[in-house]
Amino acid sequence: MKTRKLPDSKGHFGPYGGRYVPETLVKACEELTLAYQAIKNDKNFRKELRYYLETYAGRPTPLYEAKHLAAHFGRGRIFLKREDLLHTGAHKINNTLAQGLLAKRLGKTRVVAETGAGQHGVASATAACVFGLKCVVYMGAVDMERQALNVYKMKLLGAEVRPVHSGSQTLKDATNEAIRDWVTNVEDTHYLLGSVVGPHPYPGMVRDFQEVIGKETRRQIVKAAGRLPSYLLACVGGGSNSMGFFHPFLKDRDVRIIGIEAAGEGVSTPHHAASITKGRPGILHGMKSYLLQDKNGQVLLAHSISAGLDYPSVGPEHSYLKDSGRVAYRAVTDADALKGFDLLTKLEGIMPALEPAHALGYLPKLMPKTRSSDIVIVCLSGRGDKDIHTVQQHL
Amino acid sequence: MKNYLTIKIQEARKKKRKLFCVFLTLGYPSIAATERLILSSEKAGVDIIELGFPFSDPLADGPTIQFSSEQAIKKNVTIQDALALVRRLRQKGSRIPILFFGYFNPVFSYGGKDFVRDARSAGMDGLIIPDLPPEEEEEFQKACRKQKLQRILLVAPTTQDKRAKMLVGKSQGFIYYVSLRGVTGARKALPGDMKAHLLKLKRMTPKPVLAGFGISTPEQAKNISRMSDGVIVGSAVIEHLKRGVPSAERFIEKMSRAVHGA
Repeated sequence: MKTRKLPDSKGHFGPYGGRYVPETLVKACEELTLAYQAIKNDKNFRKELRYYLETYAGRPTPLYEAKHLAAHFGRGRIFLKREDLLHTGAHKINNTLAQGLLAKRLGKTRVVAETGAGQHGVASATAACVFGLKCVVYMGAVDMERQALNVYKMKLLGAEVRPVHSGSQTLKDATNEAIRDWVTNVEDTHYLLGSVVGPHPYPGMVRDFQEVIGKETRRQIVKAAGRLPSYLLACVGGGSNSMGFFHPFLKDRDVRIIGIEAAGEGVSTPHHAASITKGRPGILHGMKSYLLQDKNGQVLLAHSISAGLDYPSVGPEHSYLKDSGRVAYRAVTDADALKGFDLLTKLEGIMPALEPAHALGYLPKLMPKTRSSDIVIVCLSGRGDKDIHTVQQHL
Repeated sequence: MKNYLTIKIQEARKKKRKLFCVFLTLGYPSIAATERLILSSEKAGVDIIELGFPFSDPLADGPTIQFSSEQAIKKNVTIQDALALVRRLRQKGSRIPILFFGYFNPVFSYGGKDFVRDARSAGMDGLIIPDLPPEEEEEFQKACRKQKLQRILLVAPTTQDKRAKMLVGKSQGFIYYVSLRGVTGARKALPGDMKAHLLKLKRMTPKPVLAGFGISTPEQAKNISRMSDGVIVGSAVIEHLKRGVPSAERFIEKMSRAVHGA
């Protein structure tokens, strides 16, 4: 598998990815690509980033064996990669610290970001604090209501949160608005994109910044169990925690990798966010990837109980991995995700965010198929504080 | 089939006539209104029509065109509607050059090559796809060349000289100069570096250079036509259209006189 070398020089992962952007943004994308290539192997940059990741964000995160959870299923061993223990409560900070440093190197004074659940918004506002950058976060008006706590946090951190009232008023539209801002202020502004989506170089760059999750996991599981895992499980919205988690294992053919999409009320209803399971290739936000769209090519609204998975497309590398068969993609409903939340909370005393609760929601399907020697690792991408209100309404 | 864009540009060059291009959102407020506006624009001396195809996520557009697109999508406007409209106009004897203006996904969903073939046979003369740079979709670009559907490329204030040369070389018909950093929509003032950019582009190519984005008054249209080969007006037309088709028609006439008097 050639994935180590992907994307190609134009940002393609097979037929996916690329750079479908208005001309005004081409220069910014090219500049960013060059800057990223230059710092990628720059020892000073890596050293500085490692410093912030270790002393500020709290890396490495632990790999915890969830013995009660495994006992509940009666077989296999289950480990959790605890990204929920990071500063700001999710894996998003890995990427925002890296891009914040990069923005500073590019001489930009302002960052704009989109956010769904608010986790990336909070992580962006935090990174902007650390690096002295002005920060504007676009957020769908519907999401602002669902995630009021995170909105308040961003404001406390000194960021300006701009509500987006267009379209579905969720992550998709917040992304449109962030791109419009970037087009307008491209000379002094860096677009701090929060997932492995968007035009080249973002999908590959954000993956590289998140790969720390998988690299640590690999070392930790070998140390803890003396072998590689049998299964990896992570939720996929745009797909940044999963891509960072999966990538270092892609060449290990014996590791079975499963990405979990949000099935909302069910993939046979119109209310889901399962782009890979139910979409077809299309172009949105500067990339070609699986996309939820109607027969005329208009983008459909995604639905998920978790704002962070509520996105009608997915990172182009996921589309590539789906077609190549290396990663299997499954969808888990709102109801099963809530069960996953409940299970982990009651058995292990860990409240997961509703995004990784989808991955946990797949365990009842997966575990009966495992052997007792099998090791399953779930990427626990964020903690559940932000979702308590939603959970309260449903459980 | 004749390409009216090619003919129009040759004529304009001979007569030293400035080009006035009007953008309309297909289906806003209705397909019948779009049809009427194209016919009345032709009478008012408009040189080129950009037929804007509505998309759910128009990320290069400001609030005005976002609004007209949303309204048109609510009416379920399809690519087939765009093709049928152009076919009808040609049957009625309309000779105004018509360019398809739209984001790539609806075209891709229709099938790139099928679209090029069907657009050309319906009587479209060219296309502008703001989110499709020349580096992507080689097959599609080839199909455009083969069918002689002219592909107009955009050059922005942020475009580096080397790239501008490449774009100018590849653009067919004319060059669309994006007059500002930002999204479409009426602006009170246009950037001061516009003249220098336009002059630089003019030195690179004998092809006409038209400026668009933000142009909303006859005064602006006149001034910018003097430093370019013409202007493209979209959001300002849609703003007038919100008050009714006659209001938009009067505005188009006024703008046409301003451009052609320049």
